[in-house]
Amino acid sequence: MSPILQGIITIALGVGGCIAYFYASNLVLDKVIFPPRGADPGRNINRANMVRPWLFLFPAIAALGLYLAYPVVGSFWRSLFNRNGTEFIGLGNYQKLAADDTFRQAVFNNFLWVLVVPALATFFGLMAAQLTDRIKWGNIAKSLIFMPMAISFVGASLIWKFVYANNPQIGLINAIRDAFHLQPLDPLQIPFWNNFFLMVILIWIQTGFAMVILSAALRGIPEETVEAAVLDGANPFQLFFKIKVPQIMPTIVVVWTTITILVLKVFDIVYATTGGNFGTQILPSYMMSYMFRDDGRATAVAFVIMIIVLPVMIWNIIQARKEMR
Amino acid sequence: MASIAGQKSRLTWAVHISVALMVVLWLIPTVGLLVSSFRTTDQISQSGWWESAFPVEKAFRDRIPGEGETQADGAYVLSGNLLTDGQNARDLKPGAKIVAFGTSGIKPGAYKAGETAQTEAGTMTVNADGAYEVTSSTSFEGSGPRVYFVADMPPAFTLSNYRQVLFSDGMGQAFLNTLTVTIPATIIPILVAAFAAYALAWMEFPGRGLLIAAVVGLLVVPLQLALVPLLRLHQDVGIGQSFVGIWLAHTGFGLPLAIYLLRNYMVGLPRDIIESAKVDGATDFQIFMKIVLPLSFPALASFAIFQFLWVWNDLLVAKVFLPANDQTKVMTVKIADDLLGSRGGDWGILAAAAFVSIAVPLGVFFAMQKYLVRGLLAGSVKGG
Repeated sequence: MSPILQGIITIALGVGGCIAYFYASNLVLDKVIFPPRGADPGRNINRANMVRPWLFLFPAIAALGLYLAYPVVGSFWRSLFNRNGTEFIGLGNYQKLAADDTFRQAVFNNFLWVLVVPALATFFGLMAAQLTDRIKWGNIAKSLIFMPMAISFVGASLIWKFVYANNPQIGLINAIRDAFHLQPLDPLQIPFWNNFFLMVILIWIQTGFAMVILSAALRGIPEETVEAAVLDGANPFQLFFKIKVPQIMPTIVVVWTTITILVLKVFDIVYATTGGNFGTQILPSYMMSYMFRDDGRATAVAFVIMIIVLPVMIWNIIQARKEMR
Repeated sequence: MASIAGQKSRLTWAVHISVALMVVLWLIPTVGLLVSSFRTTDQISQSGWWESAFPVEKAFRDRIPGEGETQADGAYVLSGNLLTDGQNARDLKPGAKIVAFGTSGIKPGAYKAGETAQTEAGTMTVNADGAYEVTSSTSFEGSGPRVYFVADMPPAFTLSNYRQVLFSDGMGQAFLNTLTVTIPATIIPILVAAFAAYALAWMEFPGRGLLIAAVVGLLVVPLQLALVPLLRLHQDVGIGQSFVGIWLAHTGFGLPLAIYLLRNYMVGLPRDIIESAKVDGATDFQIFMKIVLPLSFPALASFAIFQFLWVWNDLLVAKVFLPANDQTKVMTVKIADDLLGSRGGDWGILAAAAFVSIAVPLGVFFAMQKYLVRGLLAGSVKGG
């Protein structure tokens, strides 16, 4: 069967099945299990209403449980076994990781990524948000800065590989060096600094995201606070850093943490540019290098990523609960 | 006051300039690749894409054919056209102009077009349009002199890279595969999530807060964790690496964001409408299908765009859940695993492949930006 036909059938089955499930299960609940008649119709209605939320939730909970909650446990369990899963080796995979230089380098590089990418993306995003809000063609500028969001990490890597190409007729960086009569070089092979050239790609993508959210937050600042500061003689810089930024601090934190999480998951950029060579390995790409070869090691790395993400997850949950109250 | 006004306008200029600078910086990499995708590999290695809008000077070498000499004023004359009839005619695009010529390889551009050069036995004239005239006091005896010239090549763009990637390099098939993966994986999670979001937003039941917290938590679970156990599971139940497998995976991975976005939106719907419907005797199912779902259209659109972009651009899930052969490879995998390896230096081809893969997301992005922004805000700023 052709995959396209299969796709159409799957859409029909998925959507139709969903509606059929919800319709039928509600019908069964109201007409068969707890019909609003008999000795005490009111009690039956109440009972039906207690069950109904779970009917609505069941498909989602099942899918979430199977595809996201179970793997957390499943991965940890798998990481306790050797490469083909035949022998229980306890924390052996983690010991191997700790002894591996590449892993330590990946952790160090990932640390750099987490330090640099969210900070710069948020900073550029904040600048772009503030500056574009003040000019007429700001919306066009915004949409152009936002555009890389739509480009895949692979596409973005290719775009930047082209900028970094070491032929001065191709790569912009080396064309500029050439204009100053400097030897061409390959930015992706300079030890240590190549990490930062790779980070540029993600910053380039994420600045638009930060800008859009921070721009909305800036517009949400009450006019009075700004007016009062202007009357008191604040200059534009004081206005921005002392009045506006403190008021949108919670949003800045949200943007920062969102990008931090992303940084810990993105393997595409390193994979498509250097393949983890020249000392650019990070945890997600390190994990992929063991995927299909040594599942025990791969799941151990995945679990390490999970542990790093955990504090952010807990913080998010606490914030969400606060907002709900 | 005047000085303050002056300062203001100077500041405004600074703002305009810095925004313009930022936009240019953000656009240049993409524009470079886009321009390059329309140039041949030769053009790319001869001049930077930033020069592609200007004519390029290129040096050529030719030997003037010795047959067909005529006699005039006691001299032997060869004439013809270097651009249309010479050995380089194939490389010279229409519109090329000769700027300079020469008689020796050391100085290929010693004379300007139209000038007359003195040779050992006579003269040589080459015009800008390629017409030449060589004279000699003795017969050429069937062998003309060598000529060197510098031609101005007009900017030229070609679609050959696109033809190549789409029809020979398999990007056409990969494009269809990406489409096949993306559409079901975008549509299926929507309904499942919408029902759950309605329950979490408008139904009272014990454990609701806990479930919402769980959804928020699952939002950030790294996908990497899911890969090995789920592939194992898919293999055990017989799905294996297949389109069905990747649809299911993307559905599962997209659900937390879908539920979160939709719930945040649905909670903000006016309470009166829903309560008056309840008073009129509507069931939850009816309220959901007839009131909440239509009203939530903006949030549904936001999520659909997110999920579409995410699935279309995904490399990780496709690498793990689809088999690695040409019939099923999606574009991101094709580019990262095949083209970057086998065509690592062929920038025209790589650029064209990249643009085939990002054209659709860019179109969706510019057409539906409003919903995308709205979705982002609902996802991260409460009440934004």
